[in-house]
Amino acid sequence: MSQMTLLVNGRSHAVDVDPATPLLFVLSDDLALKGPKFGCGLGQCGACTVIVRGQAIRSCVTPVEAVQKTEITTLDGLGTIERPHPIQQAFIDEQASQCGFCLSGVILGAKALIDRTPAPTDDDIDRALAGVLCRCFGHNRMRRAIHRYAAARRA
Amino acid sequence: MTPRLTSDARRALGAAGLARRRFLQQSSALVVAFGAARYAGPDSRLSAQGINGRSSAALDAWIAIAADGRVVAYTGKCELGQGLFTAQVQLVAEELDVPLSRVTLTMCDTAVTPDQGTTSGAQSHPANFNHANLALACATARQALVRLASDRLSAPVSSLATGDGAVFVSSDPSRRLAYADLVGGRGFMLTLDPAATRKRPTDWKVLGTSVPRLDLPAMVTAQLDYVQTVRVPGMLHGQVVRPPSVGATLARVDEESVRGMPGLVRVVVRRNFIGVVAEKPFQAAQIAAKLQVTWTPGPALPPQAGYYDALRRDRASRDTCLVDSGDVDQTLRGARTVVTATYRHPFHMHGSVGSSCAVADVQPGRATLWSATQAVYPMRDTAARLLGLPAEAVRVVFTRGSGCYGINGADTVTYDAALLSQAVGRPVRVQLTRRDEMAWENFGNAFVIDQRAGIDAAGSIVAWDYEAWSPALGGRPGYDSPGNVVTGWLAGFAPAAAAPRTPAPAPSTPLSNNLNTAPSYVTGCAGGVCNGTGTVRSERVLSHRVVSPFFTGPLRAPERFQNTFAHESFMDELAAAAKADPVAFRLKHLRDERLRTVVRQAAVAAQWEARPSPRTGAARAGTAQGRGISCVLYEGDNGYVSIVADVEVDQATGVITVRRLVGAQDCGPISNPDGVKNQFEGGALHGMSRTLFEEVTWNDQAVTSHDWRTYRTFAVGTRTPVVELVLVPQPSAEANGAGEASITAVAAAIGNAVFDATGARLREIPFTPDRVKAALAVRGTA
Repeated sequence: MSQMTLLVNGRSHAVDVDPATPLLFVLSDDLALKGPKFGCGLGQCGACTVIVRGQAIRSCVTPVEAVQKTEITTLDGLGTIERPHPIQQAFIDEQASQCGFCLSGVILGAKALIDRTPAPTDDDIDRALAGVLCRCFGHNRMRRAIHRYAAARRA
Repeated sequence: MTPRLTSDARRALGAAGLARRRFLQQSSALVVAFGAARYAGPDSRLSAQGINGRSSAALDAWIAIAADGRVVAYTGKCELGQGLFTAQVQLVAEELDVPLSRVTLTMCDTAVTPDQGTTSGAQSHPANFNHANLALACATARQALVRLASDRLSAPVSSLATGDGAVFVSSDPSRRLAYADLVGGRGFMLTLDPAATRKRPTDWKVLGTSVPRLDLPAMVTAQLDYVQTVRVPGMLHGQVVRPPSVGATLARVDEESVRGMPGLVRVVVRRNFIGVVAEKPFQAAQIAAKLQVTWTPGPALPPQAGYYDALRRDRASRDTCLVDSGDVDQTLRGARTVVTATYRHPFHMHGSVGSSCAVADVQPGRATLWSATQAVYPMRDTAARLLGLPAEAVRVVFTRGSGCYGINGADTVTYDAALLSQAVGRPVRVQLTRRDEMAWENFGNAFVIDQRAGIDAAGSIVAWDYEAWSPALGGRPGYDSPGNVVTGWLAGFAPAAAAPRTPAPAPSTPLSNNLNTAPSYVTGCAGGVCNGTGTVRSERVLSHRVVSPFFTGPLRAPERFQNTFAHESFMDELAAAAKADPVAFRLKHLRDERLRTVVRQAAVAAQWEARPSPRTGAARAGTAQGRGISCVLYEGDNGYVSIVADVEVDQATGVITVRRLVGAQDCGPISNPDGVKNQFEGGALHGMSRTLFEEVTWNDQAVTSHDWRTYRTFAVGTRTPVVELVLVPQPSAEANGAGEASITAVAAAIGNAVFDATGARLREIPFTPDRVKAALAVRGTA
């Protein structure tokens, strides 16, 4: 075990964990965040996605020691029920969810893309979400929500 | 009536500030108990609402209208991602005439909600739920409130109306009494009145509208609780160690191999069940990986190559004949053309995105289980058996999970957590690894289906003969079979077994086409009734069920997906043999008007070009385009759907690209149109994934498709077809399911479109590029 500092959603947290622990376990167990979720533990599905240095990464295969003192954004950190982030609002507007388990991967993957590429093409979206699964298959609504958010952000 | 409450129920209600005891003792509410009335009434659909459900001795279901006008409703139908929470709130608001915001809905908690069995299948969709239970309770309450108001306002009941949480005089709305005033400081205990008058769908103001999902704001902002986010004080983390191969039994566990590892609390062994418990989840994973276990292998698995043939050869089958006109062989001998084909469908898995999770707190004499099970009361009873506790000592609290699409790992992991918690006497959370989720879940059944039909000189089908073989093992645990899922079996419980039976007894009862075993085009005559939807009188439908090497269980449109693929593909083959347009040929052999309507409407919406398949003059190289149609009356009585698929086939690579899926659906009165559309879209794409990509694989020992590299689907970053739906409203009809309609019909629509484009017939799911190329190579000859 070792002490380290994590910067998550604008707050600093001191944790005492095995440095090899996957970031996901620290976020969901030690910090009790509800956004990033364990889907596969293999980096294959995206349910555990967080944003680090502008990139959507898979927290289930990222050792916690690799992201010490680096700002980490989870789905919990974007907006609130009362004031959702515009991309979260776009998903509400399009009713683009069923069970919702995949949303960290979909929303944060899309947000990281649009932060870099404000006018994403469908090819851009394909690449950004190539490793994100939704088994309720809300694909079409999700893509509409992503385009809606990108368009509103440019307006 | 004296409702009895468990101590857990009292605690839960107290915690919610809604103690029923207080309602009763302080007499400040109007309460409706379902009581025995839940299953009363002449309509057999009432009991269908409680699939496997049985009344609870410990407490009654109820709604309550508190003295402040707030409505609290309890339901045994759970939100699985399909929108049922929102739709049930709509139902309560509609029937009681209160704003949505005034309704508090508690779902699926054995301490406080009624036993409504399993929330499963299309029955649970907004279009078909709780209309015999919750809706009638609300109607009972509204009726009572109107009667109370009639006295207070000195106005006849017939002159009164309800709206916005009040009763008022229709001709003078200023004369009104709010429900809160009517309840006031008094108490009313009502028993559900099965004859209470529900709102007519044509009068709906809240139902029938696309109320946005009430849970979405919390969901998209990561504030919604899932069973994966449940945290209990003192909670430990468990991980299970499953056998390395199917049928292996435990020889020895070497606890020394993990002694001294950080965080280790205990290694737990019960017969063939093994798990480890640790302080932290990562520690549990490391300990489970390090634990040395010696297993005795079971018998080798049947080779996957040739498995379909092995199914046919299995003589220990349970045979069922749904219809048999007795003249099929003779009619076929007289037919001008006889067409035969065999269809194959592999084992599929639910493949939830989140691996299954549960939290258990088992203490001496009592247990609380947080579970994403679809069936809280059956889980209570079976977990109690596993734990050696009386059922009343176990409380199961449904907490949402990842979308399950049937019996994924949610039940088995609940047993895992329960066994581990019992062993250590502290709360334990277990989340399965991806491999444990995928290699051991209850797969959707494999099928091999032989079809044979005859066509006469006029191009009409004169006989249809269906014979199928499918494997099964276990399934939903129900109230008494924990061995129907892997953990119960490892812990020593046997799966429920079906006794072999050959030959099948002659059909003597009317056809129930619940599994869509009979095609839509036969008359379905049995037991003196013709329950089928078609015109073909010479008919036989024979099924053989054999023992599966793997656990099986309901997977979205269970068996109906497989059967409908075979029926609707074969119907297309018959149309081609008759050189008939596939839409016209279907209409010619369908006598159910609602099914005919969705076929016509789908064709119109898709701008269907009437002509036989395959398309004439198509190039035999390059990219080919085609369209195909299919249709089904889901479960024989539970929703009508037809889908047209437009596809492109790359004839060099064998890759199919589905461009558009256009459907028409009739599910009776529609509770939430956007909810139905969301289900239709998701079901259509889910079905496309199963049709094009999904297949469980195994070697001689174990399942080898145990992650997303070895079990294929398609990512959100995939170009998907346009999906469009025409809703056919039937406000005066019985409500039907909607959540499993599109998935049932989509496979054949895609296969038929490939045939239209290329002349190649695909008879085995999934339609992999290799299978497409093989079919292209033999087109025109097979």
